[in-house]
Amino acid sequence: MHELGVAAGILDIVRQHVPVSDARRVRAVRVRLGEIAGVVPDSLDFCFGAIVAGTPYASAFLAIERVPARGRCGGCGRLVEVSRMQWVCPWCGGLGLTVTSGDELHVADVELDDTVEVAL
Amino acid sequence: MSVVTIERKVLEKNDALAAINRAAFDRHRLLAVNVVSSPGAGKTTLLEATIEHLKDRLRIAVVEGDVQTDLDAQRVARYRVPVVQIVTNGGCHLEAGLVAQALDRLDLGVLDLLIIENVGNLVCPANYDLGEAMKVVVLSTAEGDDKPLKYPGMFRRASVLIINKVDLLPYVNADVDMIKRHARQINPALVVFEMAATTRTGVAAWCDWLAAEVAARHA
Repeated sequence: MHELGVAAGILDIVRQHVPVSDARRVRAVRVRLGEIAGVVPDSLDFCFGAIVAGTPYASAFLAIERVPARGRCGGCGRLVEVSRMQWVCPWCGGLGLTVTSGDELHVADVELDDTVEVAL
Repeated sequence: MSVVTIERKVLEKNDALAAINRAAFDRHRLLAVNVVSSPGAGKTTLLEATIEHLKDRLRIAVVEGDVQTDLDAQRVARYRVPVVQIVTNGGCHLEAGLVAQALDRLDLGVLDLLIIENVGNLVCPANYDLGEAMKVVVLSTAEGDDKPLKYPGMFRRASVLIINKVDLLPYVNADVDMIKRHARQINPALVVFEMAATTRTGVAAWCDWLAAEVAARHA
């Protein structure tokens, strides 16, 4: 439900790195989104479209890269996929998983189309 | 095509504001707790019971988050503690910046304990650090014992689990041991209290624990 705010945060960050004079060149905004970050990719995509519409950044779209959720078992120390683990280690039955990836919500980079003429 | 490398956290602005709140709490040796749950689990009743039990021992203030109303703030204000209402106008969670604005209206120097009641939602508030020392998640028995597994993000980030409405156990299909097992599966370090806040059952144990946490800040 908070995807609209997240989308607005993404556009804020893009604005800080790509000046308005280059806004029309923006294509893919690559976002790394962890499987357990609590953000729904489709909703985020939809919200981002709504946020950029009518702005100079309207040509931007999200390229969402999912990051699988993994964690280290507190019992045996093995690295396990969280979905497989169901929060109990399949190897040793241990609890106490330290999540090592899957929480990501990062703007990685932005792709600019160099063929678009920009006003100087 | 050319690429502009960015590599920034989307929620970095919230995290930075949360760090400022946290520094203010630390400066005043104030314990701030962020109370989260689904709607109707009993957060406000927990606050009422906690304030009633601790108000002669601790100086308490409350920040109330609500989507639409100030009904909860009115309930808490009856206990004669400072209350600041944040209405999110539809927003599904509190953010650090909103809490910072609320803090401007409180004198942190005269407080021992700040209770922040988040918007009722087990999903979104998990992602937004407010600067609190701990998240306290309230789960009522009527919600069912599978909820920790369904909302692992919140249970993973919480320090305390309050299993509320244990007086309803004869009427609902929930097993307290199962709630604990599922919650500890995700977070073995969770401190768990069983409670019926409306009848004040189990409130003393939680309050004594909380008071000890406050005392540790002054040590």
